[in-house]
Amino acid sequence: MLIKVIDPSAAKESEVTDERLYRVREIFTRRDVIGQGLALGISAVAATVLSPAAFAEKVLAGKTFVGQVHDGKIFDKVAKGKNDTNEKLTPFNDVTTYNNYYEFGTDKGDPAQNSSQLKTRPWKIAVEGAVKKPALYDIDDFMKPYKLEERIYRLRCVEAWSMVIPWIGFPLADLIKTVKPTSKAKYIEFVTLLDRQQMPGQNSSILNWPYTEALRMDEAMHPLAFIAVGLYGDALPNQNGAPMRLVIPWKYGFKSIKAISKIRFSETKPKTTWNDILPDEYGFYANVNPEVDHPRWTQAKERRIGELFKRKTLMFNGYSQVAGLYAGMNLRKDF
Amino acid sequence: MLSVKARLDLEKSALFILMTIPLLITTFLFFTNGLGANPVEAATHRTGIWALRLLILSLAVTPARIFFGWRRPIIFRRMIGLFSFAYALVHFSIYLLFDQELDFSQTAADVAKRPYITVGFSALMLMVPLAVTSNSWMLKKMGAKLWRKLHQLTYVIAILVTIHFLWLVKLDKREPAIYAGIIALLLGVRIFEKLKTAKSIKVPSSP
Repeated sequence: MLIKVIDPSAAKESEVTDERLYRVREIFTRRDVIGQGLALGISAVAATVLSPAAFAEKVLAGKTFVGQVHDGKIFDKVAKGKNDTNEKLTPFNDVTTYNNYYEFGTDKGDPAQNSSQLKTRPWKIAVEGAVKKPALYDIDDFMKPYKLEERIYRLRCVEAWSMVIPWIGFPLADLIKTVKPTSKAKYIEFVTLLDRQQMPGQNSSILNWPYTEALRMDEAMHPLAFIAVGLYGDALPNQNGAPMRLVIPWKYGFKSIKAISKIRFSETKPKTTWNDILPDEYGFYANVNPEVDHPRWTQAKERRIGELFKRKTLMFNGYSQVAGLYAGMNLRKDF
Repeated sequence: MLSVKARLDLEKSALFILMTIPLLITTFLFFTNGLGANPVEAATHRTGIWALRLLILSLAVTPARIFFGWRRPIIFRRMIGLFSFAYALVHFSIYLLFDQELDFSQTAADVAKRPYITVGFSALMLMVPLAVTSNSWMLKKMGAKLWRKLHQLTYVIAILVTIHFLWLVKLDKREPAIYAGIIALLLGVRIFEKLKTAKSIKVPSSP
């Protein structure tokens, strides 16, 4: 997007109290000179039509999360998470237009184009397997016990690009403690909705649908493991995995399954989608590891979206606190 | 009425401008945030695809003559080939600059280690002698027969480029498969023609 919102009344940034406004400004402010030159022109026109506040409201209106999940408020007053990075956030526009979500097409622009038909309310979540009380929940009931917080995490895709995203959600550990798996549960498995009408990409046989991912229980219980229901202070856009997705910041993005409709606890290691279809290229663990290359390309570097040159990839995507989970394992073999 | 020379010049200029347009558009979009979240990746893909499309266009010239009797495109084939090379060069330069930051030893290691880059780079290298000899002076110096032989390297380049494309995509092979199909068809037609000619030559010699 090339629009920069100009404040005609020249109010100071500090006078704007609504944090969402700041974010909308950030979203529309891009980095390069030529772009900004163009943006000035466009925004001059926009400013004559709308005040910035009205403009921001208008932009937000289309995707505002109308509080179906929590007491009628937009998520702008949730607690700040403990694991925030102070890196520059990836602009909202990039986060929501550059997605790998094959249920809506294999091109990165496809999900934003094709996901508007997905109905995320009503939405059922099944909890099955080695769990005290297997049940089929309505998502709003399912989410009631959890206190939402914001977590700013790096996201590293297996394709060697990365983003920094402010998620809204709750720790996966809270969910697990609430649904009470039995002692037999060694793995937690997540399954995406299977609906060929709403998810047209599922008509192609490119992957084995529904998309499935899994974690070892100790990985799932790690305080960094997160369930997201929003980003940038709003509900999750459909293309980012609405209504509920997994976020495992130290693993490649494909582990962070979207549009979860089923959670199953099991004693044996479940099949996971990418690992199942290309086991030599995508491991079950899929921990971000600059020393273990993808068979076809290097994982030593990544392109942070918004930057032209590549930067070095960090072990566990910089989340070294998870290293203990893999002590004694050969990460070259168990990649 | 235009003179023969004026008509040729006009057509050549038009084709030149036409083949420059994708590069101009990509450059413009790159500098105006029009290439989406990952402009380097998008520019790499666009220039690569255009190198391939123009290569296909140059390979279509002969079948066009055989099947439709179109002789005119032959005059433009060298120019089309040169443009394909130019796009391939820009494609590689983007990778060299933004992915490798002009680190030549690291680039060499990457080219050697990654099969899809190895074949892509080989194709680019094979294009160099064709580009160098694409002028009339070289054609005359080499003689038509040898020149034609050398320029049949285009078939090898087309196959390498197809493999490069097939190997680089993550999972969805549909797009490269379409290009592979077109190239297979254009090369297949030549083999078919060759066999047919060989047969027709043989016939009179048999009793």
